[in-house]
Amino acid sequence: MMKRLFPLFLFAFAMPAAAQLSVDVTDESGEDLVIAVPVMPTPEAADTPAGSTEALGRQVAEVVAADLRGSGLFRPVGPGGVRAVPFAEVTAPAYDAWSAAGAAALVQGFVKANPDGQLSVGCYLYDVALQSELTRAGYVVAPRDWRRAAHKCADAIYSRLSGESPFFDSRIAYIAESGPKGRRVKRLAIMDSDGANHRFLTNGQSTVLTPRFSPDYKQIVYLSYVEKRPRIYIYDIGTGRQRIVTESANQTFAPRFSPDGRWILYAMAVGGNTDIYRVSAQGGAPARLTNSPGIDVGGSYSPDGSKIVFESDRSGSQQLYVMNSDGSSPRRISFGGGGYATPEWSPRGDLIAFTRIAGNFRVGVMAPDGSGERLLTDSWQDEAPSWSPNGRVLQFFRTSQGRSGRSSVWQVDLTGRNERRIPTPLDGSDPAWGPILP
Amino acid sequence: MRHTPWKVAVIAAALALTAGCGKKAPKELPPPPGDSADSGTATGVDDGSDDSAGVGPGSREDFIRTVGLEGDRVFFDTDQYDLDDRDRATLDAQAAWLNRYPTVRVTIEGHADERGTRDYNLALGDRRANAAKNHLAARGVALQRMTVISYGKERPEALGSDEGAWAQNRRAVTVLPQ
Repeated sequence: MMKRLFPLFLFAFAMPAAAQLSVDVTDESGEDLVIAVPVMPTPEAADTPAGSTEALGRQVAEVVAADLRGSGLFRPVGPGGVRAVPFAEVTAPAYDAWSAAGAAALVQGFVKANPDGQLSVGCYLYDVALQSELTRAGYVVAPRDWRRAAHKCADAIYSRLSGESPFFDSRIAYIAESGPKGRRVKRLAIMDSDGANHRFLTNGQSTVLTPRFSPDYKQIVYLSYVEKRPRIYIYDIGTGRQRIVTESANQTFAPRFSPDGRWILYAMAVGGNTDIYRVSAQGGAPARLTNSPGIDVGGSYSPDGSKIVFESDRSGSQQLYVMNSDGSSPRRISFGGGGYATPEWSPRGDLIAFTRIAGNFRVGVMAPDGSGERLLTDSWQDEAPSWSPNGRVLQFFRTSQGRSGRSSVWQVDLTGRNERRIPTPLDGSDPAWGPILP
Repeated sequence: MRHTPWKVAVIAAALALTAGCGKKAPKELPPPPGDSADSGTATGVDDGSDDSAGVGPGSREDFIRTVGLEGDRVFFDTDQYDLDDRDRATLDAQAAWLNRYPTVRVTIEGHADERGTRDYNLALGDRRANAAKNHLAARGVALQRMTVISYGKERPEALGSDEGAWAQNRRAVTVLPQ
C-alpha cells in the first residue's frame, strides 16, 4: 500500500515578517534554540480511522518535536510537560506565559476532522520575544497519513528558522539484517526518514544489497543474489514485482539512479576488471563510461546530471574521481592516505560525501574539487553515507567490531555534533535517502 | 551431523600439513567440524553424506576428499589477488581432479575481508575468483565449465575482527553443485 504520493494540499499561507529568530546549520558552536511544542488541540473531538483528533493532536506535536530535536538545531520542549493550549489560543498565543517558560519560539497547531473524512492539520510558528507570527501552514491528509502532516509542519519550521530546504517528509530504503555474521539474512525494506511506517519488501531468501529509491519513489534499484546470479534489479513498489535491469553474463552491482530517474549507473565486473556503465532505467543497450584496468565503482551524479563522482583504485589505492557524465575527462579529487570510497554527490551540489578508509571507516565530506575535507564521524566502521534531500544531513550505517557484526543505521549533520541512531526493527545497513515528498 | 573417521583423519593430516606453511596461511585454525554449518561454503565436513564408502567418482564429496581440507580454496594478502606457489599447487590439484571429470561444472566464489567497503569488496572478490579461474583454465579446465561469483564481504568464513580471521576470509573457493 504505497498511496502516499499524492500532494498535500496547503490551505493557508502567510508571508512571514522579517526573520529575527534563525539558526545556522553549519554553526558548530550555536546555542540550541528552545522551541515550545504544546499538544495541538482540536476544535471538536472526533474519531478517525487513525484515532481520535485529541490523540492525534498529541501525536502530531510529538513527531514535530522529535523531528526538530533530531535535526540537532533546536531544543524542543513538549508536548509532555508544557501547558495545554485551548483551541482559541492557537492563533493568539499566550506570549508572556511562553516567555516565562523560557521558550524563544513556539509551535502551535490544531487537528480537525473534516466532513469528508480527511484531516486538517494547522501549523503555526511564533517568535516569542517579538510576539509575532513567523510562518503558518496547513495540510489536508487522509487520517492514515497524519505523520506526513507532522513532518511537513516540522519542515516548515525548520526551513523558516534555518533558511534551508526541508527534509523531514522523505523516505529511506535500506537493508534489514538479521542472523549470524557468516550468514546474514538481508531484506529490502523502506521506512520514513524517522524510522516510522516501516515495511519489508523482500523475504530474505536472496541476499540483497545497496538499494536506491527512484526520484519518484515508485521503484528501488538494488543488487540481488537471486538464483545465485548477482545482478541489479528494479523493484516496483506498486506491483511488488522485480525485473532485471540489464541482462549480462557478468556480475553487475553498485546501482545508482540519475537525479532525473532516467538513467542507472552501475558497475560490472568482467574477468576481474570492474568498470562503470550507464543504462536507461527502461533497459536497452548499456554504455561503458570508464576504461581503466582497475576497479572503478560507485558512480554518483551531480544534481544537474552533468558530472559523475566515482571511486577508482587506478592510482593503487581507492580514491575519488570526477568525470563528465559521458565518461570523459576523469580527474582525481582526493589525495589523502588510506582511501576514499562510496562517494555521493549532495543534492545541493556543494559537497561530496564519502567513506574514509584508514583502518577504521569514517564518514566525511569534501567540495567537488576535493578541497575542504572534513570527517564527521569516528567509529570502528561508519560506511556509505546517503544525503538528506536538502543536503544538510547524512545517514550511514555503523558496523560493530568482532564476531557479532551487528549493523545499524545512523544519522549525522554537517557539524558532526548531532549524531543519532535511526530506530529499525532489525539491524540495518545501506540506507538510501529519497527526495522530499511532494 | 555425524563425522566419519576418515574425515577426522583427513582434517588432522591437513592441519599438520598447513602448520608450517607460508606467508598467506591463516594464523587462526579453521573452526572445528561441528561449526561448519555456519561457514556457508563447502568445506567437506558438512556434505550431508554419512557413508564415505559410497562417495561416487566425480561427485562433490569425491572432490572434497581428493583435494583435502582447504584444498578447495586459495588465500590472498590484504587487497591483493595474485597467486603464490602454494595457491598454484592447490589449484593444480583441483585442476587434476577436474580434468578427470570433464563434465563437472564448478563455481568459483571470491571473498574479501570486512575491512573494505561493500561495493569495492564485490569487485575485489571478482578479481580473486578470476585469478583462480584463470589458473584452472591454464591447467586445462574449460572456461565454460567455470562460473565466478563474488560475495565481497557478505559471507565471512571466520567471524572475528582480527588478522587471523581476515586471512581466512580473503579467499577464492572452488565449489561443486550440491
